[in-house]
Amino acid sequence: MSPLPDPRLFAAILAARSARFASRKLKTGGGSTVPGLVARRVDPKVLTKLSRRLRLGSAAITGTNGKTTTTRMVSKILQAAGIRAVNNSTGANLVTGVTAALVSDSGLAGGPLSDMGLFEVDEASVPKVAAETEIEILAVLNLFRDQLDRYGELAYTGKVIASAFGDLPQGGAVVLNADDPLVASLGRSARRPVFYGVDEPTLDTGRLQHVADSKDCPVCGTALVYETVYMGHVGVYDCRHCDFSRPAPEYRVSRVRLEGAKGSEFLLSTPKGEADVKIGLPGLYNVYNALAAAAVAGEAGVRLAEISRGLGEFGGAFGRVERVKAGDREAFLLLIKNPVGFNEILRTFVTGAEARNVLIAINDNDADGRDVSWLWDVDFEMLADAREEGKTDAAPFTVSGIRAEDMAVRLKYAELPVGPVIPDREKAIKSALAATPPGETLHVLPTYTAMLEIRHTLSEMGYTHPFWED
Amino acid sequence: MLTIHHLYADMMNLYGDRGNVISIKKRCQWRGIPVEVIDVGLTERIRPTGCDLFLFGGGQDREQALLAEDLSGSKGADLRAIVEDGGVVLGVCGGYQLMGHSYETPEGQKLPGVGIFDLHTEPRRPKEERLIGNVLVRVRAPETGETREIVGFENHGGRTYLGEDVKPLGEVIVGYGNNGKDGTEGARRLNAYGTYLHGSLLPKNPWLTDQFILNALRRTDESFELEPLDDTTEGRAFSSVAARVAGRR
Repeated sequence: MSPLPDPRLFAAILAARSARFASRKLKTGGGSTVPGLVARRVDPKVLTKLSRRLRLGSAAITGTNGKTTTTRMVSKILQAAGIRAVNNSTGANLVTGVTAALVSDSGLAGGPLSDMGLFEVDEASVPKVAAETEIEILAVLNLFRDQLDRYGELAYTGKVIASAFGDLPQGGAVVLNADDPLVASLGRSARRPVFYGVDEPTLDTGRLQHVADSKDCPVCGTALVYETVYMGHVGVYDCRHCDFSRPAPEYRVSRVRLEGAKGSEFLLSTPKGEADVKIGLPGLYNVYNALAAAAVAGEAGVRLAEISRGLGEFGGAFGRVERVKAGDREAFLLLIKNPVGFNEILRTFVTGAEARNVLIAINDNDADGRDVSWLWDVDFEMLADAREEGKTDAAPFTVSGIRAEDMAVRLKYAELPVGPVIPDREKAIKSALAATPPGETLHVLPTYTAMLEIRHTLSEMGYTHPFWED
Repeated sequence: MLTIHHLYADMMNLYGDRGNVISIKKRCQWRGIPVEVIDVGLTERIRPTGCDLFLFGGGQDREQALLAEDLSGSKGADLRAIVEDGGVVLGVCGGYQLMGHSYETPEGQKLPGVGIFDLHTEPRRPKEERLIGNVLVRVRAPETGETREIVGFENHGGRTYLGEDVKPLGEVIVGYGNNGKDGTEGARRLNAYGTYLHGSLLPKNPWLTDQFILNALRRTDESFELEPLDDTTEGRAFSSVAARVAGRR
């Protein structure tokens, strides 16, 4: 079927293509949002028009942590299933980024090259994207305190996301994390909620971390009773005061074995059966990402065998977790976004003997979150304990970033030794690599813009590629 | 033995309030002063031991309503009495707002405060922005009369207006402070302090931390003196933030 000619749409696509070409030529970045902006100016309905032409509709993934990784996992699964998906994979997750992705996937007449749309969407942009795009599946991963200066408050963010449910087509699925109380409570406003969750009592941390953001019942405000706490406020819970409790998950993971940097193994149960799954990404948070990806793919009609294969073949997402070979050493980049993620990374790598060489780089630009008070919610005290018990003999951390001095104070008050304080990111990565013994790995824990800077330096040293080639 | 009473620690843990608790605790421990932290939850009573420091942090709107109700009974009255008696109290953001006469939510619900400070807080009007960013404040230390600067980060929708019976904690050099209009930041009466600065406040302003500790300890021993500590790391953190915000002066 060839789409009817639409002069305005044609002009929008053409304009966007020139913008994309210019942006790459001028090296102003990956060219991942400007073309969307241009196309929308020429034809405000460009997103609606293009998304309607996708044979299998679209899926959108939102939430504080794991959007990019989960989206990439779904993409890999769809690939395994022979479904071609267009996605906005370079982290351009506002409505302009989604538009740009669809524009670059279209022929000049507007016919799509892909079967399906797969988008990671910033929490605040969900209503706008849902209003303009046919979203068959909307997944909400989790809601943690993250860049509150942008969004106001968590409960409000939940309301914003739920306000988009009405724009989903009849039969559209809302895929929700049953283990995050606020996210699970959104199921009450969804016509067809689909829940996923982890059942693995051995992973109980035994306590709500200091960073727990929403441990009160989202319905009545009473403190929730937790049977299991996996991370932050995520776990198996129940409200003793009203009828709210953790919904029974349709997609679930059990028998989880976390094997540090090597990855994890678990049993995946779905409405269509069970399968043993291995993923090559570290930490429980990536088990959650894989589970969410399985639920999205399952709802899109992908068979279990292909879900399992796609997850098994998945490598890693841009910058979130990335290994870079740096001569006879290795740099292992782990993006830091908020206290929960930071705690998980510390728990996975640093409290074991694995991470002996560590560089932490904290920036406070808009994209990092300008408020660094969350550093005090990170459980560095856990590291001090591990050191005391002889579980780690890591060298004192090198600290860098615009807020390197704040990080140094935080380490001091956790009674951890403070290594070199080198605010300049370029100097810090060079110095930390030089201090890493040959054959060993440098664990780099940067916030978003610090990660871009460090990647840039590594790239200049000949160790990695610019991100739009990723 | 110094007792830190962390009010609503399980609910009002936004914006790294934990940094304030850790700062006080460590700066006592490093000097060999025994210290304990007691979390005071909803419906629990405050139980002073004689040498106390009370911390009241910031929360989200939904929690503010629960707290206002909890404070409307004997707990609020106890807190008022503690302040009148010269007890050391620090309220940050949401806690600070509830130490005034009233706090109005964005939905128009007017919550009663404890009335420790002669001030009230109005909600952000529809066209107004949240007041967010790094802050540099000039504070006059009443004990010595000297002027010092403190840095922090503010993030609040509410606009606080001081009455006649309360003094501001300091004057804003960079940032918004109480309401973004009159150049005042925070409030102080006797040994009760209120501020919008988190970020966290105490780690980068260790002299203020020591001031609180000293005020609390002197309640049982008037001649108590604090040993000085090496604050080089904290000083660098202060200077780096002060230099960063100075660009906006």
